[in-house]
Parts: sequence; structure tokens; C-alpha cells
Amino acid sequence: MATGVKPRVKLPKTASAGDTITIRTLINHKMESGQRKDSDGNIVPRSIINRFTAEFNGNSVIDVQMEPAISSNPYFQFESKVPESGEFVFTWYDDDGDVYTLSRRIEVG
Amino acid sequence: MPMTRRDLMVLATGSVAAYGLNAVPASASAADDAIAAFTGGAELADGGVVLDIPEIAENGNAVPISISADGAVAIMVFATGNPLPGVAKFSFGPLAASSFGSTRIRLARSQDVIAVARIEDGTFRKTSRSVKVTIGGCGG
Repeated sequence: MATGVKPRVKLPKTASAGDTITIRTLINHKMESGQRKDSDGNIVPRSIINRFTAEFNGNSVIDVQMEPAISSNPYFQFESKVPESGEFVFTWYDDDGDVYTLSRRIEVG
Repeated sequence: MPMTRRDLMVLATGSVAAYGLNAVPASASAADDAIAAFTGGAELADGGVVLDIPEIAENGNAVPISISADGAVAIMVFATGNPLPGVAKFSFGPLAASSFGSTRIRLARSQDVIAVARIEDGTFRKTSRSVKVTIGGCGG
């Protein structure tokens, strides 16, 4: 599923040093579980996003290994420390080898 | 001792009960195996993991779930009644402000959902919640 995948992330643009911020992410993907059958009775092959990571200035915040039991359009919410100004990089890894990334800057004032 | 009709009835119900006991853990053992793969067979202490999931899920295709555990480096979620018991493994990096994560999962039917946390000191903790599913997810 390489077409029409659009990652979205919600986080504040600014924060104070050492703040804890809440990050919410969403990516549209059908997350085909490999358990369903089509109208001819053939199993629809598995096609999911199998890993999601969030990094800040190269340091890991969260790393999620995903199985087919994650709902379509995977959504994640988690909390991160913000020690300094910098860039969050969010990465989703698709079964088909595609990698979707999104980055967001945050300023510490 | 002659075999009476009553003895036969007792025997019959006994064997049905034994069959029932054998049949149920067939799916539960898949979850046990998956948990053992995560813990490496280490002992599981009960409690210490917060697993927030509705008691009754109307739509098994998207059940909101949040997990957290003090001092956890990783939390893995298992659905004992799904075709595949593994759901997701959250690993928390040095910048994670808390060992907290929230997502939406698929549940094929009513079942127990288990969260297992690996704590910094190498111990494992678990919490189990029973969820009733009105419409199952995972297709089929």
C-alpha cells in the first residue's frame, strides 16, 4: 500500500526545557491482517505497518513493534521529554518495504 | 460391582468435562507461548501494570487501549482469544517521559487481554483484563 499513505502528528510547536509533552500520531493504512478471506474464499495476504518509531535529535522516545491486531489507520499516543530545541522524527515501516517519515521541529524558549 | 445406569451417566459427564478442560487451553497456550517468548520464561508478578481497556467493546475492530507501568522499559500486549496472540510491543527510549502508550486494537471475540511489562531491574509484571466484544474484529 504505497499510495495514499498520509502520516499525521500532533504536538506543540514550543515547550519549556525539560517539559513533558503529549504526542499523538495517525497514519492511514488498511492494516490487512492476513486473516480475512475475499469473496472467492482466498485469504487476503497480510499487509501491515509492522513498526513505528519516534526519535528526538537522534534519541529514541518510543519504538513500537506492531502485529496484525493493531486497528486500521494506526493511532498512537505517548509522552516525551523535551530537553532542548530540536526535531522529532517519526517513522513507520510497511510490510512491503516502504518507509514513511515525518519530522516536526519544536522550539524551547 | 454391576454397572448401573447411574454409573454410566456419571462416567459420561466426567469424560465430557475432561474433554472440555483439554479443549479450552488450546488457544490459551498460544498466548502463554507468546508471553514466554517475551519474558524468556521469567516469573510474572501480578499487578503493577495499568491496563486501561473498556469492559464492553462494541466494535472489536477498534478497541481503545492504554498501558503504563512505573519503571517499565517495555510493555507488550497480548490478546488471548485472537488468531495471533501478539498485539504490540512498546519499547520506551531514554526520552520517553513516562512508560505510557495508547492505541487502538482488534479483538476477534470476548477474551482476556494481558499486558506484560519488563521493569528496569529485569523483573516482569502483568495485568489481565476481561473484555466483552459485541462485534468481533479481524474479519473472518
